Amino acid sequence: MARSVTTRRKIVYTVLAWGVGLLIFFPILWTILTSFKTEADAIAAPPKFLFFHWTLENYAVVQERSDYMRHLWNSIVIAGGSTLLGTVVAVPAAWSMAFVPSRRTKDILMWMLSTKMLPAVGVLYPIYLMFIQLGLLDTRTGLVIVMMLINLPIIIWMLFTYFREIPGEILEAARMDGATLRAEILYVLTPMALPGIASTILLNVILAWNEAFWTLNLTAANAGPLTAFIASYSSPEGLFFAKLSAASVMAFAPILVLGWFSQKQLVRGLTFGAVK
Amino acid sequence: MGRITLDKVTKKFGEVEVIPPLDLTIEDGEFVVFVGPSGCGKSTLLRLIAGLEDVSSGHIQIDGRDATEVPPAKRGLAMVFQSYALYPHMSVRKNIAFPLRMAGLSKDEQDKRVSGAAEVLNLTAYLDRRPGQLSGGQRQRVAIGRAIVREPAAFLFDEPLSNLDAALRVGMRLEISELHKRLETTMIYVTHDQVEAMTMADKIVVLRAGNIEQVGSPLELYQSPRNTFVAGFIGSPRMNLIEGAEAAKHDATTIGIRPEHIAISPTEGTWQGKVGVSEHLGSDTFFHVTGTGLADAITVRAGGEVSLRYGDTIYLTPEEGKLHRFDAKGLRI
Amino acid sequence: MATQHSRAAARLMMAPAVILLLGWMLVPLILTLYFSFKRYLPLRGDSLGKGLDWVGFQNYARFVTSSSFWPSIQVTLIIVGGVLVVTVLLGTLLAVLLDQPMWGTGIVRILVISPFFVMPTVSGLVWKNMFMDSTNGLFAHLWRAFGAAPVDWVSQQSLFSIILIVSWEWLPFATLILLTAIQSLDSEQLEAAEMDGAPALKRFWFIVIPHLSRAITIVILIQTIFLLSIFAEIYVTTAGAFGTKTLTYLIFQRVLESQNVGLGSAGGVYAIILANIVAIFLMRIVGKNLDA
Repeated sequence: MARSVTTRRKIVYTVLAWGVGLLIFFPILWTILTSFKTEADAIAAPPKFLFFHWTLENYAVVQERSDYMRHLWNSIVIAGGSTLLGTVVAVPAAWSMAFVPSRRTKDILMWMLSTKMLPAVGVLYPIYLMFIQLGLLDTRTGLVIVMMLINLPIIIWMLFTYFREIPGEILEAARMDGATLRAEILYVLTPMALPGIASTILLNVILAWNEAFWTLNLTAANAGPLTAFIASYSSPEGLFFAKLSAASVMAFAPILVLGWFSQKQLVRGLTFGAVK
Repeated sequence: MGRITLDKVTKKFGEVEVIPPLDLTIEDGEFVVFVGPSGCGKSTLLRLIAGLEDVSSGHIQIDGRDATEVPPAKRGLAMVFQSYALYPHMSVRKNIAFPLRMAGLSKDEQDKRVSGAAEVLNLTAYLDRRPGQLSGGQRQRVAIGRAIVREPAAFLFDEPLSNLDAALRVGMRLEISELHKRLETTMIYVTHDQVEAMTMADKIVVLRAGNIEQVGSPLELYQSPRNTFVAGFIGSPRMNLIEGAEAAKHDATTIGIRPEHIAISPTEGTWQGKVGVSEHLGSDTFFHVTGTGLADAITVRAGGEVSLRYGDTIYLTPEEGKLHRFDAKGLRI
Repeated sequence: MATQHSRAAARLMMAPAVILLLGWMLVPLILTLYFSFKRYLPLRGDSLGKGLDWVGFQNYARFVTSSSFWPSIQVTLIIVGGVLVVTVLLGTLLAVLLDQPMWGTGIVRILVISPFFVMPTVSGLVWKNMFMDSTNGLFAHLWRAFGAAPVDWVSQQSLFSIILIVSWEWLPFATLILLTAIQSLDSEQLEAAEMDGAPALKRFWFIVIPHLSRAITIVILIQTIFLLSIFAEIYVTTAGAFGTKTLTYLIFQRVLESQNVGLGSAGGVYAIILANIVAIFLMRIVGKNLDA
């Protein structure tokens, strides 16, 4: 907009937006602050905002009590593995739907999305039984597979919308230049769609990282990711706000930092490719 | 070598027949232009030759070899697209080298051919840039460069100049013509612009609704259009087509006379009318003459400096022997 | 674009995704259907190996007639509907605000999208304990500061609490989509309306809101998919107590807590039917948007 804005208006908007932004962010901020408090400071009345005895003790206690590193590693393997596997399956499928559309393409896409609507709880027990049968219960492999399957429709959908923005002529040019299908996808489509692919991967890593139905129900001590790690803090044991906060920060910090650093791709990804 | 033969080629999209059975032979080394209004099937025809679309029936031969079932990559043709279709993530050098890389040529050979092409196309200084940093004309040249390094049997051009501004277009037209003279490779060029067709082609194929209306050299088409469609399409400004009593005088349903074949005079002539809008191009002036009773307006060409003004009376005389006559079906008599 | 070669290739390349999803959908679905007609109480020694008794529609009948069934449907709809209303309304306002000129847009945006990165189990626990706790929660401190009696949110205002927590998680998503949509609005349209004499509020109502309708549809669609199956937020806060038992949670309890697989599976089939009703309705809208 080629229009000058009065400084006063800008100040008003800035104050308002920062106010709302901080309000929304406050629970996270409060959690981070509390994680550095002693348990006594954490429940002090009136609440202590910044002037308390800063300590790292809670983090040490949490690691010791719940073996944070193992859960972290599980989360990384499950979120990363399922997303990469899903992307490998989804790229060819999305290529097909975006560049060789047929009358059924739309139906197939809709059907894929609809599998996402299948309530997980409706099929929990069969999956549970199959996991027992296949020895996948409480294994990372099992969760990678399940996460891949539940996110696959979203990955395909997002890649499809990004691919559709790439002019078909460029792929045809590659074909005329003698590229095989593999070369066409590997050397032309993928690099061109890289921002979109990055957004897709980021979003799905986050979704898989935060998924809490299957991870809670299909894991126990061995393969539990951070969602399970934090759920073990749901039953109060005396004074525990500070430790809960420390555990919470440890659970969301990796993904929060990842999200902040990749803000640009992520904002694109967060719209699921549905809005330009 | 690049002799391309189409044998009863048809194309249907669903129920719609875009190309009815069509035969055409393109000789080796020819510069052939497919021209026609939008939607006439010229681009589809090109894509059939390229292999980007399947023919519904019929055969395509390239150098005597049946290529109907051959995928585009294996036909040995190179194509320049309307949007240039450059790979935005690759440098100019990599863009041009891409087909060579796909063909598995050695790095040295790739470099040699790329620099050769870059020199021919004046791209040497831009080899390390991305397509996004180039002007329209330069992108066009990169697209051509990518096509020539492969040394294809034939070049296919799909409206390559339509995204350029007028001045550049003239320049590129010359460059492509020159390239053809130098390489002597078959070129098939699709355009809706009859000026491009006239200026570049050895052979023009005029298409309408998938049908070939006429095939011939630019001059043949200009001098003896086979029907009213070709007559109206080839030549700029358009040929004046006159129906009714005046045509009947010449034993025809329609007569045609080109603007450049009408003599004008302020005092006497065959037809009388009033000067309407005039377009001064400097070297030429075109008058749109109204009120002749022959057609809504007759376009005539005059020299650059004629002092006739809006509303002046004007007399027109068609040049003897330059009159085209067409029958009730629009065919040339 | 399409030749036989590429069409054949396309089918081949779709195959893995289609087969995987088909298997993922059909196998458990068939098993669930099978169990729903059986008496299956693993704790009482029933197992697939010994063979299960066929009970017809008994599980289905019991599930619907149980006193928890209709309330659970109601709770599910209230939570989904409540979160949708809150996120769409606040999201629109927030998007309009963020679209205004200001200093530090990038940072504000980071602040606003952050809740999306917090896993549901964490946000449930943080809200429940550090904000909603009736003795030490921040809300309790705030209430006491104003001389009011602290509320035990999770038990006394349970639905409101859940909606608040879930809305907090999903507000960033709604805001971002709507913000992106607003930014794609051609400013000339607004300027033209201004020239035509439309005041700011009317410009918003007649130009911005219609422009956002597609984005709002998408927000509703995607959020509904996720909201219908919210689980963790309830699991770590009320554990289904205090009238927060959604259909999902009810089935979860039947299957895993009371270990009545037959009954739970019948419930699962109901949930699938409910989801499909919603899905058909939503897919229509998205299908239309796909063409656009």
